[in-house]
Amino acid sequence: MSEEKKPVQNSSCLSGTGVTKIFGMGKEKTVAVDHVDFQFREGEIVSIVGESGSGKTTLSKMLLGLISVTEGEICFQGKPRDIKGYRKKKEYWKGIQAIFQDPFSSFNVFYKIDQVLLDCIKMRGGARLPYEKKVEMMTEACRFVNLKFEELTNKYPFELSGGQMQRLMIARIFLLKPAILLADEPTSMIDACSRATILDMLLKLRDETNMTIIFITHDIGLAFYISDSIYIMEHGKFVESGTAEAVILNPKAAYTKRLINDVPKIHEEWDLSTV
Amino acid sequence: MKNQIRQIFHSPKFTVGFIIFAALLVLTVFYPLIVTNDPLEMVGQGNFFKPGTYISVSEAVNTNPYTLNLNASSSRLEQNLSMEERMAMADWLNQFAGISSKEMDVTDAGGLVSLWKDHYDSASEQKGLIAARKKYFSRLDKKITGLLEDTDVLLAEKNQETGEVSVKKTIPSTSYVNVKDVGSRRVFILGTDNFGRDVLTELVAAIKTSLKIGFIAGLIATTIGLSLGLIAGYLGGIIDDFILFITNLFTVIPSFILLILISYSIGKNARGVMMVAIIIGLTSWTWTTRSVRSQVISLRNRDHVNLSKLSGHSLFRIILTDILPYIASYVVMALILQISSGILAEAQLSMIGLGPATTTVSTLGLMMNWAMSYSAHLNGDWWAYFPVIISIALISFSLNLMNTGLDQIFNPQLRE
Repeated sequence: MSEEKKPVQNSSCLSGTGVTKIFGMGKEKTVAVDHVDFQFREGEIVSIVGESGSGKTTLSKMLLGLISVTEGEICFQGKPRDIKGYRKKKEYWKGIQAIFQDPFSSFNVFYKIDQVLLDCIKMRGGARLPYEKKVEMMTEACRFVNLKFEELTNKYPFELSGGQMQRLMIARIFLLKPAILLADEPTSMIDACSRATILDMLLKLRDETNMTIIFITHDIGLAFYISDSIYIMEHGKFVESGTAEAVILNPKAAYTKRLINDVPKIHEEWDLSTV
Repeated sequence: MKNQIRQIFHSPKFTVGFIIFAALLVLTVFYPLIVTNDPLEMVGQGNFFKPGTYISVSEAVNTNPYTLNLNASSSRLEQNLSMEERMAMADWLNQFAGISSKEMDVTDAGGLVSLWKDHYDSASEQKGLIAARKKYFSRLDKKITGLLEDTDVLLAEKNQETGEVSVKKTIPSTSYVNVKDVGSRRVFILGTDNFGRDVLTELVAAIKTSLKIGFIAGLIATTIGLSLGLIAGYLGGIIDDFILFITNLFTVIPSFILLILISYSIGKNARGVMMVAIIIGLTSWTWTTRSVRSQVISLRNRDHVNLSKLSGHSLFRIILTDILPYIASYVVMALILQISSGILAEAQLSMIGLGPATTTVSTLGLMMNWAMSYSAHLNGDWWAYFPVIISIALISFSLNLMNTGLDQIFNPQLRE
């Protein structure tokens, strides 16, 4: 993969210094994310790798602005992020979007799936477009993810398979075309075949719109396969970061070595001693 | 939606509850159309007339009689001699006439009376009986003699001028009238109450009023509880703390005591049906708030809510479309319970005299209160309070049954 990578552009689109999240207080204090620094560049695919409970999802929610930051500062497109108030948040979310881990819980089961896509068109300022135009846009988005809009329209989310739902989530991103996409383990709930398709679609999306993709995963093999740079997270801290080759081929931190060892390899005895 | 309703009616519990409740509703709607009397009309002069058909005596006298060859005295004896009196007679016969108790059958009034007539003599000594008892037996004898009499009843007329009384009509004991021929009659299926009002008509009106109180109280309680719960659960933080504080405050003070204090303090004149319903609603919302809040807390971090936020939906819209539908079934169940407890609360309040202070409308609680203050329960006037108890029990039972049925459908943990 590394040979095919695009030249990385230098302008930073999302960066943070000393970002910290603490839940609870006093004795029950939990430091979920502990003073992390990062800098994600435009058009880059960044992976944040770590085991369960290492704070990846908390970090992603902070990046999305869904939960507040206890300490530290996040810069969005070079300027300190300001998302106080509903209007500013809405503006921010035009630039950053997400795909969640569980496609089955990502949809509101009481609404037809058309609504999800229509909301995206509305967010892009297309609320007043004629309905035919909207259908055309939705059909195009569905075609992009190999779905047929005619088959999906007027259906409820629970009538779809997990893979279809997740692809629909990508269709949503296609309609929104945000500058940054935060993909929080988008493939962990679906089978290996669908996983390849979905990853392929994400990469295609990146190629088309020069989107920055922040990929959150526990699968270091997957991260190596698609990323430009990798951040390794352990107990809320980044223990190692750098380009994908540097981190995977020459791991320095012990935790990284362990993660790499944990990847099961076909034709080889699986080393379970590290667990 | 259609599927869900079909699923709900597959639950036997819900269906039974629904049928009972619907039957009560139909009764309150259609009964007043058939019986158009004012439910609070004081028909009877006196307390607690027994259930039955009442026909006008003067009209019965003037109605064409039919002659039936029936021995009226034996049925009269059966009807008018109480078990207590028969036992006393048997005792006397045993003691002073030497008849063994095996030869007597207290359930056969005719046989007992003929034995009595053969042996009783008020002039006999009756050793060992006190004077009062002796008098009791002589009274009983007179009564029996009266009951056995088959002489004609004479109707007399007084001449206005001379003051002389002349026989107008004789009514032999074999003459009968058909009840249908008597125009003036009134059926009191459940008798009358202490004010002489028809209990059944009053009861139907009372069920209607009580249901109204329950609905208003339930709606108020659920609205307050739901909105506070939604706000507290979704927003969290200091607002949640504040709302929870208020809720805890109201939970700690028993709401019934609060209810009593408020009802007392607003005074008798302001305490109408509406006011009582509002007071009940305002004091019973706390548990709805608590349970809605906890449901919302578990929902607010779900991915579909996050996605809705990312789609730029406003807070109001997220609560309305992403939270509320998920707890709607729960809210309906809470509403049903609130209605049921509202009706019970009204009954309790009225029982202790703090319910609607009104004579223009009847409620289930007020009927109980009236029956109790006129000692219906001590005098055995069961028709004044027992049907009311049954109605309260039925309403409460049907609503709770519906709630349990819904719970089994919507709570996967309870599914069989």
